[in-house]
Amino acid sequence: MSIGRIKTTLLDEVNVSSKKNTIVEAKGLSKKYDNNTVVKGVDFSVKEGECFGFLGPNGAGKTTTMGMVYCYNPPTAGTVSVCEKKVGIDDREIKRMVGVAPQEDSLDPELTIIENLIAYARYFSIPKNTAIARAKELLSFMQLAERSNDRVFQLSGGMRRRLVIARALINSPKLIILDEPTTGLDPQARHVIWDKLHKLKKEGATLLLTTHYMEEAYNLCDRLVIMDKGSFVAEGSPKSLIAEHLEKEVVEIVSRSNIEFDINRVLTGLSYRYEKSGEREYLFADDGDPIVRKLLDLGAIEVLHRKATLEDLFLRLTGRELDE
Amino acid sequence: MSKSRIITLSMTKTALLALFSRSAISVWQRNFDVWRKRYAASLTGNLGEPILFLIGMGFGLGALVAPINGITYIEFIAPGLACSAAMYGASFECTFAAYTKIAVQRTYDAIRVTPVSVEEITAGDILWGATKGMIAGLIFLIVMVFFGLVKSWLALFLPLLLAILSIAFASLAMFFASKAPAYDFFSYYFTLVIAPMFLFSGIFFPIEQLPPIVRILAWFTPLVHCVNISRGLVLGEMHSWMIVDLAWIITFATVILAIAIRGVKRRVVN
Repeated sequence: MSIGRIKTTLLDEVNVSSKKNTIVEAKGLSKKYDNNTVVKGVDFSVKEGECFGFLGPNGAGKTTTMGMVYCYNPPTAGTVSVCEKKVGIDDREIKRMVGVAPQEDSLDPELTIIENLIAYARYFSIPKNTAIARAKELLSFMQLAERSNDRVFQLSGGMRRRLVIARALINSPKLIILDEPTTGLDPQARHVIWDKLHKLKKEGATLLLTTHYMEEAYNLCDRLVIMDKGSFVAEGSPKSLIAEHLEKEVVEIVSRSNIEFDINRVLTGLSYRYEKSGEREYLFADDGDPIVRKLLDLGAIEVLHRKATLEDLFLRLTGRELDE
Repeated sequence: MSKSRIITLSMTKTALLALFSRSAISVWQRNFDVWRKRYAASLTGNLGEPILFLIGMGFGLGALVAPINGITYIEFIAPGLACSAAMYGASFECTFAAYTKIAVQRTYDAIRVTPVSVEEITAGDILWGATKGMIAGLIFLIVMVFFGLVKSWLALFLPLLLAILSIAFASLAMFFASKAPAYDFFSYYFTLVIAPMFLFSGIFFPIEQLPPIVRILAWFTPLVHCVNISRGLVLGEMHSWMIVDLAWIITFATVILAIAIRGVKRRVVN
């Protein structure tokens, strides 16, 4: 397998200038369905070589926002451009430069694995010989080479997702868009995909993705936005967002073990922030040690002391309750 | 998106450009690749049906029917049956199969993130449906040759007619597919649209036999004009008024193509 060849094809046009070009630029982007505004005037821009993530609960508008970037859902208001080509005007040119791995499985069940890629290449007017070579290359990159002649239904969930991503790379895109690339996969399958995405990133690919996995966002994204009800509620690098919005540590009271106590009284004099979700209690503080000590003095209380994560931030900003 | 119900000239132009685009061919090619895997089953149907129909209706029923305008019953029905074979071939492909790709397998959604537009995907599928219609119609014609039912070299022009007819019915079916909420919906199409045309378009008896009101209604359907022309070509009896038949079917095909493409676009893009 020559990742090197994918690298050259991916980087051909990316390396033209050393200064970072803007790949995606969105201004006041809105989407309204009947009376339901699902995206409410968002602005963002993505630089070359960057991995930009959309986080948010189901129904926050992540998929729709990305859909407007790749000319899938026409925007109701606002503008968005890809490499200075405007969505709504230069759609065909934009689609030529973009590779999309959608959330729902739209692989062609009537074709074999390699035929799926070759048929897709044809839609990009890629000559047949180039398409076959490229398809083989991508199948080995995605560890699917031995399955080339299988039908789609013979693949596991993880393999199908890898095939969807391989398909998105068939046109050596300048911008790769992934809608929940690892949702519903087992940890092994997820790690394989992360590994591939890291490789693409290292090769200079520009990525746009949505995810529900905070670990995925934390490790992959250079910058991300947290979306809720059609708007961005936070924007920045994962680390800076946590630092900006949260205390450093979290003490979770996993179980009170039937010991009665008033938390305010127990922790008098300490500075912390208290949150409760269901039976779990969360204490946010820059230093959790004194809190843990005081709690453990009470008896056999089960506590979990850890660093604040992106997930804490996510839940803080989008609410702990289901909103569906 | 405008919800206009008017068929504009620009809409028609878009549809025709899509039909003759290279992108539509790439969509057609995908369908052809899939068909090639199971062509034997498909062709068996295409071949079996005309033979059964001609033997059953032509020789069986035909033995009881007096010659119509000096031609035997089997000679009378064969050209029209070639048209209806094409009609059914195109209709099945662009109802059930197209609906599956639009609503179930999400094939349209997968393709429309590539440089191929929704118009071109739809046009490519209509072209494919028309191809299936053509295959059915042409095999029927070949069987007719073997049965000695082709009386004129003018029958060489029949494939051209079958092509226009197939585009028309592929488009009409595609329009229904664009509106269908479920597979069951196609019962309306086949029972209320296709079956009446099959019976009342002059394939089995001259439409002059029908009550005037039905005859007038029948004139406004597309199949009747195809049956007229095909009989003329196969028997070598052309009339000048067949120009009107031809103009009618070409107009119908163009308009319904534009409407079908608009219908699919409205369904898929939102």
